[in-house]
Amino acid sequence: MLTLLVFFPLLGSLLSGLLPSFLGKKGVLWVPTILCLVSFIFSVILLFNAIAGDSYTVILGNWINSGSLKVSWALRFDMLSAMMLFVVMLVSTLVHIYSIGYMDHDPHKARFFSYLSLFTFAMLMLVTSNNFLQLFFGWEGVGLCSYLLIGFWFKKQSANAAAIKAFLVNRVGDLGLILGIAAIYFLTGSLDYDVVFNSVSSILNFNIMVFNYTVPCIEIICFLLFIGAMGKSAQIGLHTWLADAMEGPTPVSALIHAATMVTAGVFLVSRCSPLFEYAPVALNCVILVGALTSIFAAFIAISQNDIKKIIAYSTCSQLGYMFFACGVSAYSAGMFHLVTHAFFKALLFLGAGSIIHAMSDEQDIRKMGGLARALPYTCAAMWIGSLALAGLPPFAGFFSKDIILEAAWGHHSFNGYIAFYLGLLAAFLTAFYSWKILFMVFHGKPRSDISKAHESPLYMLIPLLVLSIGAILSGWLGYAMVDTHHDFWQGAILILDNHKALVNAHHVPLLVKLSPIIVALLGILLAWLFYIKNTNLASLFSNKVMFLYSLSKNKFWFDELYELVLCKPLKAIGDFLWNKGDIGIIDKFGPDGIAYICRKVASKVKSFQSGYVYHYAFTMFFGLIALFSWQFLIFFGWV
Amino acid sequence: MMTPISLTHYLVLASIIFTIGIFGVFLNRKNLIIILMSIELMLLAVNINFIAFSTHLNLILGQVFALFILTVAAAEAAIGLAILVVFFRSRGTIAVDDANSMKG
Repeated sequence: MLTLLVFFPLLGSLLSGLLPSFLGKKGVLWVPTILCLVSFIFSVILLFNAIAGDSYTVILGNWINSGSLKVSWALRFDMLSAMMLFVVMLVSTLVHIYSIGYMDHDPHKARFFSYLSLFTFAMLMLVTSNNFLQLFFGWEGVGLCSYLLIGFWFKKQSANAAAIKAFLVNRVGDLGLILGIAAIYFLTGSLDYDVVFNSVSSILNFNIMVFNYTVPCIEIICFLLFIGAMGKSAQIGLHTWLADAMEGPTPVSALIHAATMVTAGVFLVSRCSPLFEYAPVALNCVILVGALTSIFAAFIAISQNDIKKIIAYSTCSQLGYMFFACGVSAYSAGMFHLVTHAFFKALLFLGAGSIIHAMSDEQDIRKMGGLARALPYTCAAMWIGSLALAGLPPFAGFFSKDIILEAAWGHHSFNGYIAFYLGLLAAFLTAFYSWKILFMVFHGKPRSDISKAHESPLYMLIPLLVLSIGAILSGWLGYAMVDTHHDFWQGAILILDNHKALVNAHHVPLLVKLSPIIVALLGILLAWLFYIKNTNLASLFSNKVMFLYSLSKNKFWFDELYELVLCKPLKAIGDFLWNKGDIGIIDKFGPDGIAYICRKVASKVKSFQSGYVYHYAFTMFFGLIALFSWQFLIFFGWV
Repeated sequence: MMTPISLTHYLVLASIIFTIGIFGVFLNRKNLIIILMSIELMLLAVNINFIAFSTHLNLILGQVFALFILTVAAAEAAIGLAILVVFFRSRGTIAVDDANSMKG
């Protein structure tokens, strides 16, 4: 069943990608969708199996067998991969269904569905791999599909640029990942999870000297793996691609850039918890990077006006939460937030897609307003999603965000407290920008002509409904994930006994427990003041804190900084090498030089070709005489 | 007393005719037909050589060769003239100086 589950999306992708004319206009939409739906049903059954204690590995075949390097294609099934399978298949199926409505007017539906299914397959390979190389295969596969889908509307210049940017920034992270994998192989001689995790104690014996400091190899490995996770999960520094990735179609943003692919980093860290647990410095890095990202992205989100960009930065910020949860050894809290986040963020993105669809591809929230009446279902869905995102009880985000912040507090360390306070501030900003969207889009007075706005078709509303239910209930249902009394993950996640953040999280002061709700309510109140009560207040306030505002508005000038520090010099070096090296030296003396000599010689030689028969005959005749003379001279021995 | 005609005479005659043929090819600027005729001359010179040596050496082989060359010469003349006619039709002239479309 697991094998079928993983390969059905591939089948769907191949069918609609390679045989679109065979499937017909409807077939290219429905065949991948139905195959995904079947996979989803399998994943639900498997999830229950996993909860019941099932875990096994299916070996599909040999991949690499070269010397001591043995890698096989295998599907590993345990609680962690079962949970990821469920999340991926759920969101993927809903996005497939949603896309049937959303991509209705697009002429390239077959290609779109093929990419979507291919992405799903790659993601499934990633989460079910039983070795690091297959993980890397899935990792690159989702990266490729992300590239293809961001650049889906390839006629748009900005979409192409965004696709290339996403690909390149991910390369930076992938370099870290593959170095980490190589280091693991170097030290343990295997890439198999089980072998690697069981030989952690032998890795611990290795140290290397860096500038006179002794660095344990495990720290380096974890740090490199974390760099890979940072790239994929758009953490601070490597986050720049995520906002630009919004150039892709909105269902893609929901599937790839909110619910599944970007959470692969969190999955990686959780999967490698048996390594990270022994690398305290790397874990502290994870905490700090996660906490910084959560506040940083939330801070940028508050001043953006493009609805998808706001949600994209929100995703970035929520990923930060997941990471610092992992950093304080509360991997299960991170995974819990991953699951709930998948529900409400996919919901928000699909809701945003519905709004964009209704407004005929308008994404600027300043041009919306008062849409609640025209889009009642979408409005309800967005409210539910925002309530879940802001972490208000009893919605899903409340449980997961609460446990993360409590775990950060429960870590009882300087970094833990930093993460807690930054996370709290980020929660405040989260509530603020979520309600900024709600108020500016659905309430208040219309700021442009919205008479044409219409509710989306049924295909788009069904996924919204399902995800809304998930956004309400997944917190309740999933709370078992972070229950410390029995091990929900059945050993898939390792937490050392002396890392007690998650245990402590259940015993924190009442104020710590309540604070996320309080700041969320404050954020909503502020958004109400700014965008409903007195609409001038926002601009008044932003003028007061001009520096902070422009910092946020311009995204901390990260793009400009990279442009200045990396792109410009690299481009200059490239230009120099191209102009001076390639054209100036290689071409000049290589192809061009030889061609020049040939041309010179030929122009001299060609004057021999007079075209007159008697010249040729004359040459032949005297050539013959010369040859004979030569032979005579030799014959008579005079030479 | 007339000197008997020896092999040398034949050879001198043949080389004179051959040289006339060569000069006919090289020095002629006017007419392609003259080139054909010159080639014909050269072939005849060769024939004289063959016959002379055949008699001198008392070998029939040279005469057989001469017959072959006559045949080939006839074929060559026919093809050459045919090409000439086609050439004239397309260019309207058979002047050698104008036949230089292969000039580099």
